[in-house]
Amino acid sequence: MSEQQKTEKKGFSRRKFLIRTSIGVGGALIIGAVSCNPLRRMIAGFANEAELAYNGETKSPFLWFEIKADNQIVLHSPKVEMGQGVFTGLSQIAADELDVDMEQLKVVHATTASGNIDPRSTGGSDSTSGLWQPLRELAATTREMIKQEAAKKMGVDASQLSTQSGIVSGGGKQMTYGEAMDGVTEPEVPETPALKDPKTYKYVGKPIPRVDLVDKVMGAPIFGMDSSMPGMLYGAVARPPFVDAVFVSADTSAAKKVEGVVQIVEEEDFVGVVATSRMAAEAGKRALKVEWDVKKVWQTSEIEEMVKVGKGKEYVIQKKGGSKRILNDPETTITVEFKSPIGAHAQIEPNGAVVSVEGDKATVMIATQVAKYTRGEVAKRLGIPEENVNIISTYVGGGFGRRLHTPNAIQAAALSKAVGKPVKCFFDRKEEFQNDTFRPPTHHVLKAKLTEDGKIEAIEHNVSSGDVAFGSALVPSIAEPILGADIGAWRGGMIQYGAIPNFRTISWRVKLPFATSFWRSLGLLANTFAIESFIDELAIKAKKNPVDFRLEHIQDDQRGFRLKEVIKAAAEKAGYQDEVVNGRAMGIAASTDASTPCAHVVEVSIEEGEIKIHKITCAIDPGLAVNPDQIKAQCEGNILMGMSAAMFEKMEVKDGALKPTIYGPYRMALMRHAPKEIDVVILENTDKPGPVGEPPMGPIGAAIANAVFRLTGKRLREMPLSLA
Amino acid sequence: MKISFNINGQPQSVEVDEKTPLLWVVRDILDLKGTKFGCGKAACGACTLHVNGEAIRSCSFPVKYAEGKEITTIEGLGTPEKLHPVQQAWMEEVVPQCGYCQPGFMMATAALLEKIPNPTDKDIDDNIVNVCRCATYYRMRKAIHRAAELKQANV
Repeated sequence: MSEQQKTEKKGFSRRKFLIRTSIGVGGALIIGAVSCNPLRRMIAGFANEAELAYNGETKSPFLWFEIKADNQIVLHSPKVEMGQGVFTGLSQIAADELDVDMEQLKVVHATTASGNIDPRSTGGSDSTSGLWQPLRELAATTREMIKQEAAKKMGVDASQLSTQSGIVSGGGKQMTYGEAMDGVTEPEVPETPALKDPKTYKYVGKPIPRVDLVDKVMGAPIFGMDSSMPGMLYGAVARPPFVDAVFVSADTSAAKKVEGVVQIVEEEDFVGVVATSRMAAEAGKRALKVEWDVKKVWQTSEIEEMVKVGKGKEYVIQKKGGSKRILNDPETTITVEFKSPIGAHAQIEPNGAVVSVEGDKATVMIATQVAKYTRGEVAKRLGIPEENVNIISTYVGGGFGRRLHTPNAIQAAALSKAVGKPVKCFFDRKEEFQNDTFRPPTHHVLKAKLTEDGKIEAIEHNVSSGDVAFGSALVPSIAEPILGADIGAWRGGMIQYGAIPNFRTISWRVKLPFATSFWRSLGLLANTFAIESFIDELAIKAKKNPVDFRLEHIQDDQRGFRLKEVIKAAAEKAGYQDEVVNGRAMGIAASTDASTPCAHVVEVSIEEGEIKIHKITCAIDPGLAVNPDQIKAQCEGNILMGMSAAMFEKMEVKDGALKPTIYGPYRMALMRHAPKEIDVVILENTDKPGPVGEPPMGPIGAAIANAVFRLTGKRLREMPLSLA
Repeated sequence: MKISFNINGQPQSVEVDEKTPLLWVVRDILDLKGTKFGCGKAACGACTLHVNGEAIRSCSFPVKYAEGKEITTIEGLGTPEKLHPVQQAWMEEVVPQCGYCQPGFMMATAALLEKIPNPTDKDIDDNIVNVCRCATYYRMRKAIHRAAELKQANV
């Protein structure tokens, strides 16, 4: 079956089943029928292995492509560019089917008013993989449409025409795409033609430089915070400095007197200041005396106590054989624990928006990963139809899941409505750290039993975590009773060693008193840290090489094959060895996330009592590599961001407040911590592109900890990793 | 009060509270948006620009200290036709991801190369201490070494 036939086959596929249940589109199932464990496990199994198809509009070329008279083609992308390189990948894909040169093609963010709206989000690493098929079809259809119009103008039969570099030629004549479409108002949309063989593509598969490179190197004003509107004022909103706090009231008398303050806006749920400059708005905010109702003064120790295996609600999400019975005997069962802390997004561009409300219409300029939901929330707050709100998405100065919640747009809209002028309102850094939607802390209990010949007979992973997906606008509340376990929290938490005869994964759900949500790769980093550290321990107990030990426990299906291949590739490229050489040791770990397997080998030493990382070798199999250089960039970024989270980052709750509230005290990896060598090997063991933006995050924490164990004999069981 | 300085080679005067951080004068009054706000406490370096050739974190630099000085922002570092060696190197190594912090890093690097034309890895570690959440440090280091080569080749 050809690539095209496979993806065009319609039917009630696994993929559709997932979308209709876990994401709640349609929702054909009745809660009572699924809220029992076997069905939940089935859904969880699908969710673990599925790739999400793009479910937005893909039948109207006009929503996607604009052909200008000067022969420039504008691609209106419903996916936002937040560093992951999606504009570049989509350009390559479109250019190849459109038969245009990359230089002719410009990508912009589709506004919601344009009608090309992503029904979900930019996130989950599915932008390129999800749009691979529909965007090629759209581009090919557009190309044929242009040919039809050119045929009419040239008086030549369309079948005689060919296309190249944005020019239609045939019958001794030629014209540009721009000329062909000039003055055409209602072109007929042809049938989608057969797509080209990806092997013949000119751009797909090549390390094309990012299309936004010049703008980003010249400092062009492309971000949400660079946005402005004529006559704009500046807003500042008082946000709770405490966990579990609700706005009660504010004494605004002093704030009103601050120079430059135009108006104090008191809403039911917040108070804001509008002023002629950012400085004046901030000064006005500082002069507010706000009363907060703090329901409870929380401490980190109480949060940690809540997030303990056995404390929350229990859901068995993966089960094979009879591990529970086998792991009942404390004499033969190996039991270990791991922990991870609260993590902040810490993206450098703060959240905020520029909003203009005029009558029953609103315009919102914002860096958002969820334009559709931002639109809905603003419309609801203003009491106007969604169609009356236009979301103008900007480039995103760091996403990582932080832009999946945009209450900042609602606040700016309320301020604009109150003062009757456009208002620009952004978080300051302290508010970013205190009002983040955090990566929840986790606690893991793992158990296993080895056979006499050093094989895993049974293994169990218990993960307790705050919510990730639940509570998000992306996941309707109906999903909670259906799924039980939070699909984000257990991401990466299932046992991936299918050759083990008995295993279970148990998810323990805890609702925390502060917002927890999607943080790049969701539960993957912490879950893989726990599982892959444990696998390493078991390999050592079994007196086996950790590479061989992993390979012998992976099943022989396609998913297993691809995982084994990246483990072998990483080990081989790095020259993996168990021995300490010249004070340096290696550690390996691997995981499959959202269908993309990835393995890392990390080389470390201890210098002045600190873990020093010298080299990281990464092998990833994202399938067809649309842009190998950007895949490498995503691997490098994931590795270093994951290393930062694994080694340094930690938020605490102290006397009711989340701390720290500034870079520095919130320790992160800097230039001096980054290894001098990162070697990325790309395998392509499927014929279509798979997810890249998060999977390489998974194995990094465990790979570092495993290397440290070989060097020191000390098993690190808690992130951030510490030798002390 | 009225404060005058040269910015990107052009004389400029602003009427503003003298305590206003230079960052907001540059961004909101002069409409040069390449210099970024990250933290407001000189902790991340996104707002780095040059004052008399020194790399300054402008979010914590009151505008009054800019009086009579030469200020350079990313907009004045190079042009698309004539890139500064740092920008050229950033292009060659395809450094930016989200790109938000990159002007600050490029300005910090440009200032470093004026002081240390051929920085060692340790010089880079000690002097380039901005924060990049996309963690593009690996390519940045390569780009800094490349920029040093390009700059020396141009002299």
